[in-house]
Amino acid sequence: MAARRATRPAVHREDVNVDFTPHTDKDVAFMLEALSLSEPAGLFAHLPSGARLDHDPGLPESMSELEVMNMVDALAKRNRSDLICFAGGGYYDHYLPPVVSALTMRPEFVTAYTPYQPEVSQGVLQALFEFQSMVCEITGMDVANASLYDGATGAVEAVNLAVAATGRSAVWVSRGVHPRTRETIATFASARGIEVVEHNLVDGKTAWDDSAEPAPAAVIVAQPNYFGVIEDYGRAEAVAHAAGALAVASVDPMTLGVLRNPGEAGYDLAVAEGQPLGNPLSFGGPVVGLFATTAAHVRRIPGRLVGKTVDRDGNTAYVLTLRAREQDIRRAKASSNICTNQSLNALAAAIHLAWLGPQGLREVGEHSAQKAHYLADRLVELPGVELANGAAFVREFAITLPVDSEGVINAMAERGFLAGISLTGDYPDLPRNMVIAVTEKRSRAELDGYVTALKEVLAHG
Amino acid sequence: MAEPGGCASSAPLVGGDAEPALSEFSSPGRRASSFPSLDVPYRPLELPEAVSRVPRLPEVAEHDLVMHYTRLAHRNFAVDLGAYPLGSCTMKYNPKVCDWAGAHPGFARLHPTTPAHLVQGALEVLLETERILCDLTGMTRATFQPPAGAAGELTGLMIMRANHTANGDARTKILIPDSAHGTNPASVTLSGYEAVEVPSNHRGMVDLAALQRALDDQVAGLMLTNPNTLGLFEEEIIEIAEAVHEVGGLLYYDGANLNAIMGIARPGDMGFDIVHSNLHKTFATPHGGGGPGAGPVAVSGNLVRYLPGPLPVREEGGNIGWEMPSASIGRVHGQHGNFLVVLRALVYMRALGGEGLRRVAERAVLNARYLEHLLGDRYDLPYPSICMHEFVTSAKSIKHDTGVRAMDIAKALLDRGYHAPTVYFPLIVDEALMIEPTETQSRETIEALAAALVEIAELAYRDAEAVKEAPLRTPVHRPDDARAARNLQVTWAGRREE
Repeated sequence: MAARRATRPAVHREDVNVDFTPHTDKDVAFMLEALSLSEPAGLFAHLPSGARLDHDPGLPESMSELEVMNMVDALAKRNRSDLICFAGGGYYDHYLPPVVSALTMRPEFVTAYTPYQPEVSQGVLQALFEFQSMVCEITGMDVANASLYDGATGAVEAVNLAVAATGRSAVWVSRGVHPRTRETIATFASARGIEVVEHNLVDGKTAWDDSAEPAPAAVIVAQPNYFGVIEDYGRAEAVAHAAGALAVASVDPMTLGVLRNPGEAGYDLAVAEGQPLGNPLSFGGPVVGLFATTAAHVRRIPGRLVGKTVDRDGNTAYVLTLRAREQDIRRAKASSNICTNQSLNALAAAIHLAWLGPQGLREVGEHSAQKAHYLADRLVELPGVELANGAAFVREFAITLPVDSEGVINAMAERGFLAGISLTGDYPDLPRNMVIAVTEKRSRAELDGYVTALKEVLAHG
Repeated sequence: MAEPGGCASSAPLVGGDAEPALSEFSSPGRRASSFPSLDVPYRPLELPEAVSRVPRLPEVAEHDLVMHYTRLAHRNFAVDLGAYPLGSCTMKYNPKVCDWAGAHPGFARLHPTTPAHLVQGALEVLLETERILCDLTGMTRATFQPPAGAAGELTGLMIMRANHTANGDARTKILIPDSAHGTNPASVTLSGYEAVEVPSNHRGMVDLAALQRALDDQVAGLMLTNPNTLGLFEEEIIEIAEAVHEVGGLLYYDGANLNAIMGIARPGDMGFDIVHSNLHKTFATPHGGGGPGAGPVAVSGNLVRYLPGPLPVREEGGNIGWEMPSASIGRVHGQHGNFLVVLRALVYMRALGGEGLRRVAERAVLNARYLEHLLGDRYDLPYPSICMHEFVTSAKSIKHDTGVRAMDIAKALLDRGYHAPTVYFPLIVDEALMIEPTETQSRETIEALAAALVEIAELAYRDAEAVKEAPLRTPVHRPDDARAARNLQVTWAGRREE
């Protein structure tokens, strides 16, 4: 034994080969023999030679788990995930209770597929049914699907639904809708020849032009908008319905304990970036797109929909329903191409909403708004800093700085703050602007620290 | 005899009463949430559009939540409970180290708008995963914005359109085989093209002669899965690619079945121009009950300019920044795609390395071939060709002889502790049972699964009613789909009138 150790290290590179397969060499040999093959390469002998890889593609060598974890830790150290977050724009740093991940990460939820076999998928189906129910409660709508990819792609699906419902091929979009969402709408609209007409903002609010052409399939407003401004729900709704279009609101779910919901405001469709519900910031994904509409449009809704029924014994059961809308049945005529969605993120959103309850949702909204106003009041005391508009806001607001906002954000990062989102690139007509988001999670010490840091940054130019 | 392996006959998928809806646990004033007291001076806010009635969310304690969702979990099958041979879905075991990485606070806490120089680790993850993916598929560059396979398809088709439009050559049609996944034609419609089906030949592959007849100067491209949805490698792929390229069309590779060929063959070498990969199938990110996945799109040489952007680009000095490709089709996701899924995939790829990934393909194919072999002639094989990582078998004869259908067989498997195969797909096979064991099931599990399938087939001939009665051991039994659609109830608030 000793002699062997001297000539062979205990662990060889080939022993580190990780592939998570259970096959022993003996298994492989036995199975190959059953197939009358002598080596694994025989499994691919029928592939045409021109299609077979004839050289080493230069992929990395395998690593042990520990080495991979060290690699991930090293990469993570090159991210400033420690910055105190005042950036928003749809993605917010709210308090996320540990119960959400403890339940969401149960392997029965994590490692299940889309619930095609309802008999062994009641857990996921019921959880998604409850997600749909709670999304309807907060948006005031009749029906919500079982999730879309994110807020931006949710808005694209809203455009698709409206185009199908009205037979028109244009949409009107407020410039207060998230710039990334507007870009995503533009990408998909362009492929299908749908015209996007943007409507300008005046003092932070959308100044709808009733006489714009062509007639819209949908009128899309964000509530609150990208500047944090509370828009006039009634005005956008009236513009939409006078034009014969669907009224679409892109809402912020965490404000729905303090602001009225789009259903109450007469809207036909509500979409949302659902990240603040149950999901960490995640560098923007995976998050969850919320999509809810009125009963009138249920047969045009994109994606999965869970319905309640009974089984053959009369017991309550949940199934995927109205399947005839979906791509695997309707193929080229489907209401959407979506197949894989964001179920696990939807589950997290549902658990978080239930954890919050009505009181919690209201408190998050109120505390965030109180803290946002506290910070805004302190910031405008700094020389050269003012609110970018005179409109009302909840937990996010835009300020105008005396200097370029991108430089301020970089300088604030050196002081430990992710100060906000610069508007310079997206709104060239609004230079030196920055949007600041304040959640209930920010303490007074952090707010005061922010003010002190910004004061220093501005003083040092 | 074989050990039961991945058979979950002991799994606590208990029957009994239905779990009440969460709303039924609600009691006014009960709550789970708590927040620090407000530490800034309160001031009354006069908000326009203020709420008039706070939403009626359930009012429950944290323990109510935990019990409810734990009980729901007990009513769900999963890869972590047993074998899940759901064809075309690649339900392999997902290593827990990937979950660890996906929850790493150094990434999970990153706000997506953080300036590039402060998230160099995240951008490195994107570049590194892109490089491995491109080396595996024979492509040049990739975007991670598409959050799922279908989103990748639509992205690829828009890239095709941008390419043809730039050449002053607007085209109208996309060819897809009749065995294609439903997302293919749906994506074609959404991209503004018309989907034209190409028939399969008697060997289950694209009929080259029919393809050639369908090709003309209006064909923008062909979408193909290879191995195709029958689990067969398209043996004339080189000729297919040449024919499509000859009329100026492009080839789109649907990566649903990439698990079969990693390190063995590359779409790029076969002649494909655009490739999407399903990170949630091949690269071991779990399916999460339906998502999230990730559907990165990789393209060859001159198509890079059309990729959605911005893309991470290494600048002089080594730092990574964002850059928009020169003729980008634009953005297809609100941020950078399903980033944490990409991180999971990178962990998987780096742990396995090139050799490990090749071994995955070998064992995925070995398991499928072995299972197909063990089934012998108990089921019909609609095509005589050699399968790759999955195979499609048929209950056509069983149905003819006994009245037992593919769905009955699927339900009978549920009773025996396995998930069912994909049934009635692809559409071109009668009574299809599409079986994909994946590489992470052991020889013992494959043998036990084969034995269960054989036993069910024999039972059908002996006692057809016993198979049709299945399942008996699951929480519910044959829910009424028609009633669900007719008496539509999609929220706990009750049925809404249309």
